[in-house]
Amino acid sequence: MFTAFNRVIKSGFIGFWRSGWLSLATIFMLMLTLFVLAGLGFMVRSADYLLMTLQEKVDVSVYFKPEVEEGRMLRVKEQLLLVNGVKDIEYVSRDEALARFRDQHSQNEVIMQSLEELGENPLEASLNIRAHEAAQFDAIAAFLENKNYENDIDKVSYTQNRDAIQKLAAITRAVRKGGLVVVAVLAAIAILVSFNTIRLAIYAMREEIGVMRLVGASNWFIRGPFFIESILYAVIASALTLGIWWPILQKYSPAFDRILPGLHLFSYFTSNMLLFAGGMVGVAILLSVVSSAIAIGRYLKV
Amino acid sequence: MIIFDHVTKTYGKKVKALDDVSFEIHNHEFVAFVGKSGAGKSTILKLLIGEEHPTKGSVMLDEVVVSQIHEHQKPALRRRIGSVFQDYRLLPQKTVQENVAFAMEAAGRAQKEVDRDVPRVLDLVEMKDKAKRFPHELSGGEKQRAAIARAIVNRPEILIADEPTGNLDIFHAWDIIKLLLKINALGTTVLLATHDYEVVNALKRRVVTLEEGRITRDEEKGKYILSDK
Repeated sequence: MFTAFNRVIKSGFIGFWRSGWLSLATIFMLMLTLFVLAGLGFMVRSADYLLMTLQEKVDVSVYFKPEVEEGRMLRVKEQLLLVNGVKDIEYVSRDEALARFRDQHSQNEVIMQSLEELGENPLEASLNIRAHEAAQFDAIAAFLENKNYENDIDKVSYTQNRDAIQKLAAITRAVRKGGLVVVAVLAAIAILVSFNTIRLAIYAMREEIGVMRLVGASNWFIRGPFFIESILYAVIASALTLGIWWPILQKYSPAFDRILPGLHLFSYFTSNMLLFAGGMVGVAILLSVVSSAIAIGRYLKV
Repeated sequence: MIIFDHVTKTYGKKVKALDDVSFEIHNHEFVAFVGKSGAGKSTILKLLIGEEHPTKGSVMLDEVVVSQIHEHQKPALRRRIGSVFQDYRLLPQKTVQENVAFAMEAAGRAQKEVDRDVPRVLDLVEMKDKAKRFPHELSGGEKQRAAIARAIVNRPEILIADEPTGNLDIFHAWDIIKLLLKINALGTTVLLATHDYEVVNALKRRVVTLEEGRITRDEEKGKYILSDK
């Protein structure tokens, strides 16, 4: 049993080496598939990140009239926190708002001067509400339109850009859905192409497989070396694909960061290297082993 | 002992390759099956190694009913029967030595035996100096000798040869026939299918003549007599 196992492995390596161009072609097709799949993965990751940052940016600010007491505003905050879909709320007092304003405009003398001349703090206290999703703003809106607070609230800022925010959210969701369809179609094409390449490689070996049967080889003794070859294809193709993505991401990751700050594709890639390597080897082995197993089966019926 | 008992084989609905054929072959015999192309010679050999199954009747090899053999029993059967074909059927990606060793490895022989028997059998077919060559580097006669070495390395009880001289000139053809006689003399039953009547007539062994799927003659020390000659 052990000798047979050794023979299968040895003959798998020899077959891999002697198949030459056929091995290269198969590896190349597998690489192409893996490259496309990984690329699609990065795309999905970027789209997700875009959606996430958009949602982070979506917020509603409630400005209170100057005469409203701090305690009353904090009660509103407590109650708002109970509304479904609210992620967090930041309370900015009048003094705090002034301090931030001064900080932001410390370079602008005209503004600073007019502020001095005014003498008193012109800014209002506010609550900055962040929601989990743009769609949940309706619930927050309904809460704020409540008669109880009508006299306290000066203005709610979402009224100006709510439509834009919701449209943007709808678009990103649609893009993501459509993107998944595109991803699925491209992945299916890539997988079919490598499946066919491997089937052709086995087709070229069909007579040999028949001869092996006639010489008295059992099915697993014939399949074994092809199985080993398939694993070699998968491992080499995965290693090469990682080797191609590495410099590409290293070079272009900063460019992507300028469009989507904080995306950091390259560090995402390197810190998840094990996951990528494992995933690629897994997909490639599944592809090559399953395709060759199916293809060989047809020629074992001698 | 090989027994064909009222064997009929049809391909599709019209083509009758064998029509109610019966015969017995004893151990250590040398039998030539002769006839024109399409007479049914190759079909007999294919039925014997389980590559085809009879439409009617049964094929037996000692206790094994070959005509009803299961897929997983075929490898064991084929280790008892060595096969040689007109087109050699060597594994193109393996050297001569590896082709011969493959039959032993497939049969699960120990490496020690492989290392001992492969050179011996290559010596027997006079291919020792070409052991490291690939099939495409060999002449037709050399390919056939390599194929014979592979067929006999597991010391099969039976050697079947389907037109082994079909692609060879008369000089190399005789080389191969002499080799088959030598193998027969060492104790192996040999079944030879051929349409080469010069070879058959010089052999003076048992000859079974087939015409259109039927046996028309079966003689010890027979001759190949063409019916329309």
